[in-house]
Amino acid sequence: MTALSVRNLVKSFGGRPVVKDVSFDLAPGEVLGLVGESGSGKSTVARCVARLTRPDSGRVMLGDRDLLSASRRDLRTLRRDIQMVFQDPYSSLNPRMTAGELVEEGLLVHGLEPDRRARAARAAELLETVGLSAADAGRHPRGFSGGQRQRIAIARALAVEPKVLICDEVVSSLDVSVQAQVLNLFRDLRERLGLSILFIAHDLAVVHYLCDRVAVLDQGVLVEIGTREEIYRRPRHPYTRSLLDAVPVPDPAAERARQTTP
Amino acid sequence: MKPLLEVRDLRAGFPGPDGPVEILRGVNLDIAAGEKVALVGESGSGKSVTARAVLRLDRDADLGGRVTLDGTDLLTLPERAMRDIRGARIGLVFQDPLASLNPVMTIGWQIMQPLVIRGVRKKEARRRGIDLLERLGVRDAGRRFDDYPHQFSGGMRQRVVIAIAVIAEPALLIADEPTTALDVRVQAQVLTLLRELADERSMSVLLITHDLGIVAGFADRVVVMRHGAPVEEGQVDAIYAEPKHPYTRGLLASVPRIDDDPSRRLTTVDDALDADVPVAGALEGGSR
Repeated sequence: MTALSVRNLVKSFGGRPVVKDVSFDLAPGEVLGLVGESGSGKSTVARCVARLTRPDSGRVMLGDRDLLSASRRDLRTLRRDIQMVFQDPYSSLNPRMTAGELVEEGLLVHGLEPDRRARAARAAELLETVGLSAADAGRHPRGFSGGQRQRIAIARALAVEPKVLICDEVVSSLDVSVQAQVLNLFRDLRERLGLSILFIAHDLAVVHYLCDRVAVLDQGVLVEIGTREEIYRRPRHPYTRSLLDAVPVPDPAAERARQTTP
Repeated sequence: MKPLLEVRDLRAGFPGPDGPVEILRGVNLDIAAGEKVALVGESGSGKSVTARAVLRLDRDADLGGRVTLDGTDLLTLPERAMRDIRGARIGLVFQDPLASLNPVMTIGWQIMQPLVIRGVRKKEARRRGIDLLERLGVRDAGRRFDDYPHQFSGGMRQRVVIAIAVIAEPALLIADEPTTALDVRVQAQVLTLLRELADERSMSVLLITHDLGIVAGFADRVVVMRHGAPVEEGQVDAIYAEPKHPYTRGLLASVPRIDDDPSRRLTTVDDALDADVPVAGALEGGSR
């Protein structure tokens, strides 16, 4: 059984098709990268899957449950099973809440931990899971760096023990040294918690580091999907090849060689 | 030979709530004629402030030290003379092409400005503007010359910004994260154009970026900044092959790359600093 199955997803905005018949599966414990340039529709796919936007047609199955035909009531539990982390750690956290409250909110909303003390203890544990300290629970987002805020957002998403985590450009606003820390955190979490992750990013090197399989979107069309090895070493679609050819490598000799062989 | 741009012990303080905050703590930097230098660092390292200080763009900055361009001291120059340096002697390209363009003027008008205000006849300025746009890969440049910025894609807009920056043939181009807002394929095209243009005109370039990937294919020399001062500098091959300062090592090791074995865990800058053994030759400054 797949953790998440997307079939024939279609979405247009104002008559302009943005996602055109996109289908893919996410296996349990798998990290699937969704790559593409701006305007490729990758974030819209993410928002449709999380039901933040309603697709025009298509099916999204979470296990054996249909996400798009779900009733309001079913949606509540489904929302718990799919969590999302966004790009900007500055605007996705309520500045008036403390780190502890932010992490506890999901537990409260979904009635997972009615006891206040137990809830606080769980929040402290989650903050430690993402590499912060339990003592950080009382601090507000403004007191944290960008990387630390993204850790709070991740702890908040993990609090409700989702089956699927959707990450939309979660490291693109971070400095490289912080990015490496957050990427390593995702690796550890995935191993420890067996999370299934849909990882949306424009940075092909980041996706190469983290993802087992990769799907390539071009103007709303999924042009190629395969294992990391297949996509990066033996890309079949010319669009995938043109993307990979443009990725800079921090190696002067390799870059020079590439410049002389167009 | 004397370098084109000489920056000595450049300091910059900005007013803060508890008194002035020192952002640049003594930057030294040389750029030879025709040389492409990359200034790399993370956010807050002071790389953009350095560029802005060279051009005296921040009015509230308290600048100290010395900046000379071809022997002219830029920090003591009257503002009027400084205005002539900007655009004519030093061109500037910023990250966001939309914010750098005037939305209500045609791109042609904006490209011609640096020439027109220096007395070049309109007809001549127009001809040179169209030629330059064509060189920068804008198709149908003659017809598109009278279009407005919103009629161009992000990559094309950045070409327009580059055209404005180089039309007066400056000796030095300062490009601050010029491709950060662009998709990877457009980024590659724009960087190639910048490099070719610099080589054709023997124009010096100061490229400011956080991206160690694009530096490898662009720069002759690299200066690594941290906490408002350079920690290491060297020829591009040496910096990538044998980084001396632990911070540089950490930065390089923390970048994921598509030609690497993905099972190798990324090292973070903190890892590198923790493992720091003092290395002879590394500059002081980033160790605080």
